[in-house]
Amino acid sequence: MLLRHTTSEVKERKALTVNPAKTCQPVGAMYAALGVHGCLPHSHGSQGCCSYHRSTLTRHYKEPVMAATSSFTEGSSVFGGQANLLQAIDNIFGIYDPDIIAVHSTCLSETIGDDLGQIVKKAQDDGKIPEGKFVVQASTPSYVGSHVTGYANMLEAFVKYFSFKTDEKLRQVNMLSGWVEPSDMRELKRIAGLMKLKTVLLPDTSDVLDTPMDGTYKMYPKGGTTREEIVSMGDSMKTVAMGEWATKSAAVALDNKCKVPFELTDVPIGLKATDRFIQALSTAGKVSIPECIAEERGKLVDVITDMHQYLYGKRVALWGDPDTLLPMIEFLVDMDMKPVYVVSGTPGKKFSARAMEILEAKVPEAKVRNGASADMFLMHQWIKEEPVDLLIGNTYGKYIARDEGIPFVRSGFPIIDRIGHSYFPTVGYLGGIRILERMLSAIMDKIDATSPEESFELTM
Amino acid sequence: MSNYLKDRESQILTKGNDAAEISCDKKSLAGSVSQRACVFCGSRVVLYPIADALHVIHGPVGCASYTWDIRGSLSSGPQLHRLSFTTDLKERDVVFGGEKKLYHALIELIDKHQPKAAFVFSTCIIGVIGDDVEAVCRQVTKEKGIDVIPVMSEGFNGTKKDGYKIACGALSKLVGTNNDYTPSKYSINILGDFNLAGELWILAEYYKKLGVEIISCMTGDGRVEQIRRAHKASLNVVQCSGSIMHLAKEMKEKYDIPFMKVSYFGIEDMSEALYEVAKFFKDDEMMAKARELVTNEISKLLPALQPYRQKLEGKKAAIYVGGAFKAISLVKALRLLGMKTVVVGSQTGNAEDYKLLKDLCDEGTIIVDDSNPNELSEFVKLTGANLFIGGVKERPIAHKLGLGFCDHNHERKEALAGYVGMMNFAKEVYASVTSPVWKFVK
Ligand code: SF4
Ligand code: SF4
Repeated sequence: MLLRHTTSEVKERKALTVNPAKTCQPVGAMYAALGVHGCLPHSHGSQGCCSYHRSTLTRHYKEPVMAATSSFTEGSSVFGGQANLLQAIDNIFGIYDPDIIAVHSTCLSETIGDDLGQIVKKAQDDGKIPEGKFVVQASTPSYVGSHVTGYANMLEAFVKYFSFKTDEKLRQVNMLSGWVEPSDMRELKRIAGLMKLKTVLLPDTSDVLDTPMDGTYKMYPKGGTTREEIVSMGDSMKTVAMGEWATKSAAVALDNKCKVPFELTDVPIGLKATDRFIQALSTAGKVSIPECIAEERGKLVDVITDMHQYLYGKRVALWGDPDTLLPMIEFLVDMDMKPVYVVSGTPGKKFSARAMEILEAKVPEAKVRNGASADMFLMHQWIKEEPVDLLIGNTYGKYIARDEGIPFVRSGFPIIDRIGHSYFPTVGYLGGIRILERMLSAIMDKIDATSPEESFELTM
Repeated sequence: MSNYLKDRESQILTKGNDAAEISCDKKSLAGSVSQRACVFCGSRVVLYPIADALHVIHGPVGCASYTWDIRGSLSSGPQLHRLSFTTDLKERDVVFGGEKKLYHALIELIDKHQPKAAFVFSTCIIGVIGDDVEAVCRQVTKEKGIDVIPVMSEGFNGTKKDGYKIACGALSKLVGTNNDYTPSKYSINILGDFNLAGELWILAEYYKKLGVEIISCMTGDGRVEQIRRAHKASLNVVQCSGSIMHLAKEMKEKYDIPFMKVSYFGIEDMSEALYEVAKFFKDDEMMAKARELVTNEISKLLPALQPYRQKLEGKKAAIYVGGAFKAISLVKALRLLGMKTVVVGSQTGNAEDYKLLKDLCDEGTIIVDDSNPNELSEFVKLTGANLFIGGVKERPIAHKLGLGFCDHNHERKEALAGYVGMMNFAKEVYASVTSPVWKFVK
């Protein structure tokens, strides 16, 4: 029992986070920046942060993850990191030759008060940024928000810096994606394609973090939203922003700067959220919903119908990021399941409010917590008080799954002990079927492994 | 060589072409995609395996969440070290200081878990906001009656290597605090083994056969009590010298305990280690036992390695690992498998290690300090390597290039120490280098 220290009695902890359910801002900024073509993320701080973030992303995607660092020294922590960043910009363009450097800050550079904007401007003035190359920057202190905040800040920085309004309106729709897998981003594009809609997806990590093996190593893989595309977002008809935490600030920025209106919707996980997403796309692009999409929806409904008896009333504990948790619990409720415990390390009052709104009527006993005290330790205590039938969340749930013998479906970030997430989407109607399939498999595997001989069954 | 950051030239050399010494111990250049981690990381990995101590990370949430249970150091008993405790500093704390938060966290955790000692790691930001971590630790030590030891490991304060040194400082505060112990006639401490994949247990078995008592291991499968009485040992046997040499030197000065550097990796080095220990104790019987053990193991191992060697003969390897001392053993072990090392580098090697490496390697071998993915992939192409030995960040790059890979870092799943370890190593290298998948790469 690795977590034998967990007691069932929940005591308020004031000063402490045990086994955090989140990581820090820069890792989000790094992930978002990898979704832009030819972009090298740069961590303005000490070496350690950058190294940790890269390792975490590599563990999750099983792909090389490149990022540079300002390599702070004791001196920089006293005198500021300007000299480091200037030298870094020089070196990076000189040797790694990206089109774009996406600089994000760290706790350290924020605390000593480095002004990234001013430093980048100085780099520009000093002629350290070659013609046709760009440096974008975002402030991402980890003692505010979480990795999702960092992702949001970086997206906002990209549209603020690049998107530009000309006189020519384009028949295209912007899709701002919340933090999902490369597979999901690919799926979002497929769905838009089915609707015969021209879209720009930002960011787009497909073909960046799921690249084929061909015997060569490419520092800048072929995928990623191009700079030209981001520029053109200023002329789009509308923006569909998926996920309030990860994409709203970018959508607002785009509206302010280029007067592109936006519709805020959820990450399309499950039935209703996908309905809303498809509707939003159709309205934004003034296109009708094709039959093939209605068919995909019908398939999902069919599977839900068939499997209802196995899912009905199942108690589920979930943890992860707000933008993906909310549609996920909505999906579970729609299938008559009971998401009883929901935990997110990302702060923001809105989360609990929206979650309760979804849960209120059907799962009034649900417990929801987010922010600092919402960690895996609390989740475990709740489960000890009253157990659940299924766990859904990132790899960090495996201790609880093992100690308590609960079926476990991995979802979210990071997943460092399984593969598949990069390749098989969970967004859209077909993604919904995949979620269902995995939940069922986990539940059924446990039944098959533990049921007494007399009730062991061949068929479902 | 073209195409490298110019200032890096002194950190790369090719044996045979470059006469100069490699320069190391340098901070990474700003703007490099370095594979290095920070001071805190260095301290954390050294102290992490002490299983009955509390490890609290004072700082923002990230530093802790990345080091939550990532090193495969096994414990035969308590698992407290595997939990990740952080003060999760918020903006308010950054402005007003985090001392109170730290104090409350410590009190709460100590009450709850009753650890034998506590380590408090301070991260970059603590160094900047100026919390008096040492004072808080003193206070809690007084109130709770256990050692609460500050580990001042602000990330920017040097390299990972400096973190090792700081961890040694923390350990040395525990060493010598228990005098009521009478060791047996022949006793040692094992320094610098972290019990990855249970490696310490393999070594313990060998030492037992020699009749040597292991008083403490620092820090694999570590226990606070054992460390307290470590000064009772007659000898410190040091592996992975980079990480724990400072402690060995300090114990020599303070307690007059001699130390010897060994490696448990590969047949030659493993056997050498056992002989050296037996020689140290000047006990003929022990030497005889060591000979017997070595002969026994080798006579089983060599024939078992043969089939692998046949398949691997002439293949080329690139090595990029944490410490250069480890790289030296690897070069030798690869040789035993008939493989040639064509690139070798480390994150934190020192001058002495690099000199040894240079002497050991064949002409034309590229030797590099603090490298980055671009360089590494270029070296690999240049030399036509078939295998890459490295850590988590290198694996996917190696695979993309169509190279076999062997993890010689914390994520290793198989024990690589001792004779069993050599066998595991051969199997792993063989499996990866000869994987049928390479045929499908166009
Ligand atoms: S200092 Fe901040 S940015 Fe760096 S790892 Fe720690 S929490 Fe993350
Ligand atoms: S903040 Fe400092 S201590 Fe923490 S990971 Fe970054 S470099 Fe290391």
